[in-house]
Amino acid sequence: MSTNTAALTHSVAIVRSSLLSRLLRNPLGLISTAIILAVIVLAIGGGALSPIDPNHTDALNLMAKPGGAHLLGTDAAGRDILSRIISGARGTLISAFLVVVTSIVIGVPTGLIAGYYGKTFDSVASWIASMLMSLPSMIVLLAVRAAAGPSIYVSMIVFGLLIAPGFFRLTRTAVMGVRNELYVDAARVSGLSDTRIISRHILTVVRAPIIIQSAMISGIAISIQSGLEFLGLGDPTMVSWGSMLNEGFQNIFLNPLMVLWPGLVISLTIGAFALLGNALRDALEDAQKVKLSRGQAKKVLANAIAEAAANQTPSSVLHAEGEHLLSVDHLSVGYPQANGSLKYVVQDVSLFVDKGEVLGIVGESGSGKTQTAFSILGLLPDNAKIAAGHIVFDGDDLVAGAEGVIGQKEMAKFRGKRIAYIPQEPMSNLDPAFKIGYQLVRPMTQVLGISKGEAKARALQLLETVGINNPERVFNSYPHEISGGMAQRVLIAGAVSCDPDLLIADEPTTALDVTVQAEVLDLLRDLQKRLGMGMVLVTHNFGVVADLADRVVVMQYGRVVETGDVRGILRNPQEEYTKTLLSSMLEGKTPLTMLTRKDA
Amino acid sequence: MLRFIAKRLGSGALLLLVISTLTYFLLFFSSNSVAQNLLGETATPAQVVAKTHELGLDRPILTRYVEWLGNALHGNFGVSWYTSQPVWDTLTSRLPITMTIVLFAIVTAAILATVLGMAAAVKGGFIDRAVQFLAVAGFAIPNFVVAIVVVTLFAINLALLPATGWVNLTDDPAGWAKSIILPVLALVVSTVASAAQQIRSAFKDVLTRDWVRTLRSRGISNTEILFKHVLRSAAPAGLTVLSLQFVGMLGGSVIIESIFALPGIGHLVVDSTSQGDTPVVMGVVVFTVIVVILVNLAVDLLNGWLNPKVRV
Repeated sequence: MSTNTAALTHSVAIVRSSLLSRLLRNPLGLISTAIILAVIVLAIGGGALSPIDPNHTDALNLMAKPGGAHLLGTDAAGRDILSRIISGARGTLISAFLVVVTSIVIGVPTGLIAGYYGKTFDSVASWIASMLMSLPSMIVLLAVRAAAGPSIYVSMIVFGLLIAPGFFRLTRTAVMGVRNELYVDAARVSGLSDTRIISRHILTVVRAPIIIQSAMISGIAISIQSGLEFLGLGDPTMVSWGSMLNEGFQNIFLNPLMVLWPGLVISLTIGAFALLGNALRDALEDAQKVKLSRGQAKKVLANAIAEAAANQTPSSVLHAEGEHLLSVDHLSVGYPQANGSLKYVVQDVSLFVDKGEVLGIVGESGSGKTQTAFSILGLLPDNAKIAAGHIVFDGDDLVAGAEGVIGQKEMAKFRGKRIAYIPQEPMSNLDPAFKIGYQLVRPMTQVLGISKGEAKARALQLLETVGINNPERVFNSYPHEISGGMAQRVLIAGAVSCDPDLLIADEPTTALDVTVQAEVLDLLRDLQKRLGMGMVLVTHNFGVVADLADRVVVMQYGRVVETGDVRGILRNPQEEYTKTLLSSMLEGKTPLTMLTRKDA
Repeated sequence: MLRFIAKRLGSGALLLLVISTLTYFLLFFSSNSVAQNLLGETATPAQVVAKTHELGLDRPILTRYVEWLGNALHGNFGVSWYTSQPVWDTLTSRLPITMTIVLFAIVTAAILATVLGMAAAVKGGFIDRAVQFLAVAGFAIPNFVVAIVVVTLFAINLALLPATGWVNLTDDPAGWAKSIILPVLALVVSTVASAAQQIRSAFKDVLTRDWVRTLRSRGISNTEILFKHVLRSAAPAGLTVLSLQFVGMLGGSVIIESIFALPGIGHLVVDSTSQGDTPVVMGVVVFTVIVVILVNLAVDLLNGWLNPKVRV
């Protein structure tokens, strides 16, 4: 639920006005709204709408088949089933209403206070909430009924209390999410009272999730109410769908239809509330999206890919196989959009790496350098699409046009052993549930086929090589027990553990402290030289490139801007963008003269 | 570790005390007419007074509560006002029946929901849409409607399985198996799809983590990543969902046991609450809450084992 909350809260302000129209345009939204409206009409109309008095017994027509005067037949006492279903709607809706109102009245304000102020109130309320949630509600309701008598409405109010933690948690999470947002801070600084802030800014945010939750809770409430009535624990003087189901069940051998009708209306009504909740969520989330059917989207995507293939600049020199360790030829990568177009992140990119050579890919964020790296590794996100291009690694095709991308299984043969990867963010790239030792040993036993003992000895040696003083301790640690710098060394050790021919390092130092950065760069240079690996170094920092790379590719907006020898480009950049990137480097820059007097 | 368990048990004891107190005082309002109900319409006022005195109902509520609590702490839950049977004996003979049904149901639901949720998250497409659809259907059709449908289908139309009743495992294993299939099925059908949907989102969430990509880059097979790494990280969310489903099933067993005429706790609670049989209701509430507390503790310990970060 909480994952949805964030998405909802962002969209709520923009979409409120047209929410209803979008809801009704969704077929499921329309159907569910229609069903609920019908139930509401029946509940209000009640007796006026039923063809026959629901309690009138027709002694000559017991358990009549549907048709004639009794459209849905009669029950064991000769009462008209249709009329009884109509008159059961009111109790059902009132029950749902009572549950929703009670749980909102209790859950939302407490959630607001707990989320906004926190502290003691929060811990006490959260404890009570988890206590209520761990109660089997049916048993509590029965105890309440024993005490308070057979009114279904009292039971429903108590059930509203029992289910209030749902609203409490929802509100609390949403409020905690926005409490520290800048606009709330701004409101606080400008002197608005807490009450104003809560009612103005925070209630707006939680309104949408509360409406969706209400639809779901209505469904649950109807299920509980019918269940109680089914057990014969409701108000015996009232007609209800649950008690009709019970009467039908007693006579199930004689007339199964008596079970069918109430079972159907109960399920339809609950289902309508569930679908309404889903449709509301979709209506809120897809505010700006243009939706196409899957078939349409496929067609548009195919066009986009064909276009990409047509637009790619003709390959001037077809690479001779085996000439380079890695060659990327006119690669285009895009993400299909909801309207069927392809949003390109990499466009017509060509580059190569020779054995033992370091290639730097430089560019600002969003320039497509990481996506290029992932294309080589075959690790693009599932929704990304290679639209055109070739990737050849040591004579083997990894990508041969949009249709020639090799499968994950074949790609797995290259990964680890031939092509390895060092990620950017050390802490999020180790599985928190496994010890570091396991995460180093397992790839070696799988990829190299060596024994566990051998792999462990090798892992310990690797850890020492990457400059970890106490390899045994780190080997037996969980990722959260070591520092970021150490985690990055572990990841480097893992990357080189199977002697790869090509190492792809994606911003290997960006997430590290400045002091650690230099050490890690030294380590990378040392390892690369020693093992004779080819290397693709992705970075936004020209300093890192100057330090490590032999050649450099400069990227912007998914395209290659300039490429060449590092020295050449550092000394004599041709493109404006390269110059800008170079001038943003601190090293080698003339110090600003603000603090020194001109005449000094 | 021991401290954690002790803390949770302490919190559980507090919960138990709060709930049993609330229930006891709540039931006070229903116990006024018990003597009259027991003796029937024809009883003289003198007989009613005598019976009330016999049951101790003429004493102040607080005295009665303290006495009940003292006895309960020694494992003595008193005797039923209606059958005069010791509550302890009744509960210990009925709890295994409820637990059999609920445990079989939760284990089946857990396995199915994990398989379906994983398939929906990893494969997407048709399976994904099917799970989403079934989740709505499972939510929309209450368990008692499912129960009626499976009874009609398997017991009445196909006559494959008994519609109602309980057979002891020791008396007739085959009959026992037949007698639990339909109740378990009814509970599973109405919970599995929504659990699968939540396990699906947990899985999808874990699949986007950076370390999944890094494991792939190391040459680890997809199967191993999914079943060893992703499953383990998604499991805590799944376990939490299943522990809530378990509580839901305990409540659902009230209706299911009535439909299938099973002599479990759920059936007992319906009878005893409608009669106002305070000692039995209290016993049921205490037993159920203890079961829930133990299950939640077990889930927390499992989560700690699965996730070393929250390990204690």
